[in-house]
Amino acid sequence: MAQPAISCRNVWKVFGPDPAAHVAALSAGGSGAAGHVVAVRDVTLDVTRGEMLVVMGLSGSGKSTLVRCLSRLIETTAGAIDIDGVEIGSLTEASLIALRREKMGMVFQSFGLLPHRTVLQNVAFPLEMRGMDRMARTARAREVLELVGLRSREDYFPRELSGGQQQRVGIARSLAIEPDIWFLDEPFSALDPLIRREMQDEFLRLKKQMDRTIVFITHDFDEALRLADRIAIMKDGAIVQCDSPDRIVLAPASDYVAKFTAGVDRSRVVHVGTFAMPLPPDAPPEGSPLPAGATLREIARSLVADPRPTIPVADTSGRLVGALDRNAALDLVLEARPA
Amino acid sequence: MTDSAATDTAVVRSTTEKGPRVWQGLLIAAVLLAVGQALLPPGLIRPPDWAILPFADWINAAFYYAQNELGLMQVTRAFAGGVEWSLDVTGNLLYGRNRWPRIGPIPWSTVAVTAGMLGYALGGWRLAALAGGTFVWIAVMGQWRWSMETFSVIVVAAPVSVFIGLCMGTLAWRSKTAERIINPILNIAQSLPHFAYMIPVVVFIGLGPKAGAVVTIIFSVPPMIRMTLLGLRKVPEEVVEAGKMSGATRWQLLTRVRLPTARTEILIGVNQVIMQCLAMVVLASFIGMPGLGQRLLQLLQALRIGPSVEIGITIVLLAVTLDRLSRAWAMRQPAHPEPGESWASRNRLWLIWAGLVAAAFGLAQLVPYFHEDERSQALSIAPPIDAGVNWFIGFVSPVTDWIRRVLVVWVLIPFRDAILWLPYTTVLAAVAALGWAVGGWRSALVCVGFILPIALSGWWDRAMITVYTVLAAVTLAGIIGFPLGIWGAGTGRRAAVVRLVCETMQTFPRFIYMIPVVMLFGVSDVAVLAAVMVFATVPIVRYTIEGLDSVPPETVEAAEMSGATRRQVLGNVRLPLAMPTILVGFNQSIMFALFMVIIAAFIGTQDLGQEMQRALSATDVGKGLVLGLAVAFLGLMADHLLMRWAERLRQAQRL
Repeated sequence: MAQPAISCRNVWKVFGPDPAAHVAALSAGGSGAAGHVVAVRDVTLDVTRGEMLVVMGLSGSGKSTLVRCLSRLIETTAGAIDIDGVEIGSLTEASLIALRREKMGMVFQSFGLLPHRTVLQNVAFPLEMRGMDRMARTARAREVLELVGLRSREDYFPRELSGGQQQRVGIARSLAIEPDIWFLDEPFSALDPLIRREMQDEFLRLKKQMDRTIVFITHDFDEALRLADRIAIMKDGAIVQCDSPDRIVLAPASDYVAKFTAGVDRSRVVHVGTFAMPLPPDAPPEGSPLPAGATLREIARSLVADPRPTIPVADTSGRLVGALDRNAALDLVLEARPA
Repeated sequence: MTDSAATDTAVVRSTTEKGPRVWQGLLIAAVLLAVGQALLPPGLIRPPDWAILPFADWINAAFYYAQNELGLMQVTRAFAGGVEWSLDVTGNLLYGRNRWPRIGPIPWSTVAVTAGMLGYALGGWRLAALAGGTFVWIAVMGQWRWSMETFSVIVVAAPVSVFIGLCMGTLAWRSKTAERIINPILNIAQSLPHFAYMIPVVVFIGLGPKAGAVVTIIFSVPPMIRMTLLGLRKVPEEVVEAGKMSGATRWQLLTRVRLPTARTEILIGVNQVIMQCLAMVVLASFIGMPGLGQRLLQLLQALRIGPSVEIGITIVLLAVTLDRLSRAWAMRQPAHPEPGESWASRNRLWLIWAGLVAAAFGLAQLVPYFHEDERSQALSIAPPIDAGVNWFIGFVSPVTDWIRRVLVVWVLIPFRDAILWLPYTTVLAAVAALGWAVGGWRSALVCVGFILPIALSGWWDRAMITVYTVLAAVTLAGIIGFPLGIWGAGTGRRAAVVRLVCETMQTFPRFIYMIPVVMLFGVSDVAVLAAVMVFATVPIVRYTIEGLDSVPPETVEAAEMSGATRRQVLGNVRLPLAMPTILVGFNQSIMFALFMVIIAAFIGTQDLGQEMQRALSATDVGKGLVLGLAVAFLGLMADHLLMRWAERLRQAQRL
């Protein structure tokens, strides 16, 4: 298997008077001294290249701390984090800065824009830090602003923009250096619901245009389902389940995860491909196949009209990949959960 | 959060439960010491001679060592040399001092036009009229040279202070140790009276303008350090993180992310530096600084009220202008230019300014009146002012004489004698009792720690006279200011007006307050008291309004819905809730009063201030610093007591 873009092994982050001792005590099965707060608890996680991982959890579950450990904005207490095979905990300040200049971009919940700089100068800031000359960085900044649709506002100052526009600037800034790894820390949480929806669409459009590794933090489960390749659900600093959205709604690992999925229309999340059974080797079902990449909701109409008890499922190249149990699928579409 | 609150309440409770017995005991001891002083050995009434520590000699020895053995003299002389060179340049440009670069003076009309333009750019027409008008007034009244002598020091001192303050503020922000060292020094520095700064400077640099400039720089640095520290602390964490993720190095982070984001606080610091500079420059006339202050001092000592009112107006106008301009600068937010604007319209203000300056310059070449300003060509409003003042004094003097006599005979002298009658042990015990009452044994120790050195310094009686003047003035200020504040908080409009008046009065250099009181009461104790009182009233009014205004409206509504009358709402709800803030006002009032008492010394008092002036004229560093520290300790003790009290009230309200 290819080397993962990000790889965490037993990462801990503890705040308090003696964090290291606390981690040692907890790892040994003890309870540790009082006065410590465990923000990240023994997280082991790989993110493959080009994947979009959404880290989901309620506020205080440690997701923001985790992403700050990944970007080494804060130091971990224990464990190791590799970015492209390099252990970032041991990097010197200079090589960490070089890594950030070359490979990382980050978007912040309350935008983190520089109030004294125009939109254009904000977007050009990472390029300026790299030492790019004025002409080149202005040209590149304009290009990225075009991408997020803010070309006409380039001379404005952040406080003259709406929240959604400010976050577009934040996104443009983080993309200016074309990072391999893109961190987004609750980028849309501070926005109104309507704008949030719009920004999510925008984000999906941007994501389609590029191929990079994305770690996206949110406390909104619907947002996670909408955007993710894989979702990691956090509780009290630990990851309780890390799986594809389909698997999360179909097979929640604990009651805690199940509570999140309870109100979700699962037919919009589950794809035909994942819901299908393996092909029976002796007698494959016949007739025209269903597309594996569609959600059950998308094929609901044909499912109702289809008389076959098992329906073949094919991937985009037309190869048969499984067979769909029509009744089970209909049950899920109609939200008739087996007791 | 809840944990700390719980321990806090535990602390409050334990001090209130165990407290009464101890502090009441101390208070009774104090009373007994006072009443039974006939029976006491003299060593308990006044500190015995053998206990007086020669602080002044120690300080002098330390200074002598630093001056001669450590070679500090060379360093300070070099620094003063740099300052003097800058003063020469600005002096030449502003009022034609015969020094390099020998191109001045700049015609006054161009300076006035520039000030007006600056006002327009920062705050529109009204500020333009204020700023331009100030300089026109100065020129028309024939005070150009004095004003520019004062102004040129500010032009040199303020940037140096800002730079030093930025560096030290950043240092204090970077390193915990530096902050731990700088913070107490700032606390003392900000409560040392102005004169205490002057004496060491005179020792190291001598008398004259450069000493005035150096003392101005030293005096105005502390607020800049504080505001820089505050600004850097307030930069949102995400902005810093965004900078880090953009790959900024530490230096880039500081210079391009942190400091620019802290812009508003830093510029407020600049505003405070400028105002401190002005206050000090005016006072530096005592150490031979020429300019408005010196002029005012001479006129006041000669009791020439009319011309000193003219100078007073100039100083006030200058203060208000500098304050409003720098505050407008701090509050200004950048705005984007309209798209497609031409170069000319983007730089419209610069072009207009260049045009106006050229026009004024041309005019000055043609009409000498607009170039150089002579006292001889000045208008003067002094004669009518004198006439008016004489009429007014003739009109009110029966009243003021009566006030003076009653105050002196029935209030001030008995009060002063009573304080002087108290044995110092009584004061120590009473102070300890107060400390214990508000903050337990720790506060009692702190308070005694502040007041005991004063007893040991041998300046006890002088210090008690200062205490008496301050107490009398603050009491009177409270009697006037407190109701005024309550009245002012009545409606929003009134509050705005009173607040504006208070803020404006606070920007005046303290020296100004001497003019009307000398006019009304002559050179006397009552004049000192009146000046101190007027100045001490301002913070009380301000903070009373502030406190009453910040009471949550829901609380007031709840009281009204419970059927409380307005008087009941005020007495039972609004005042108690506003009390912590009002205490802060009294605290500031005491600080202001202490400063003012010392300044007022030159019209004749018998307290620490007068001795300080003697130390100044004899350039006795040790004595001067001991006296200055005595004043500072009185201030810090009052500060500690009132702030602890306010803190306790606040905590009680939070429960």
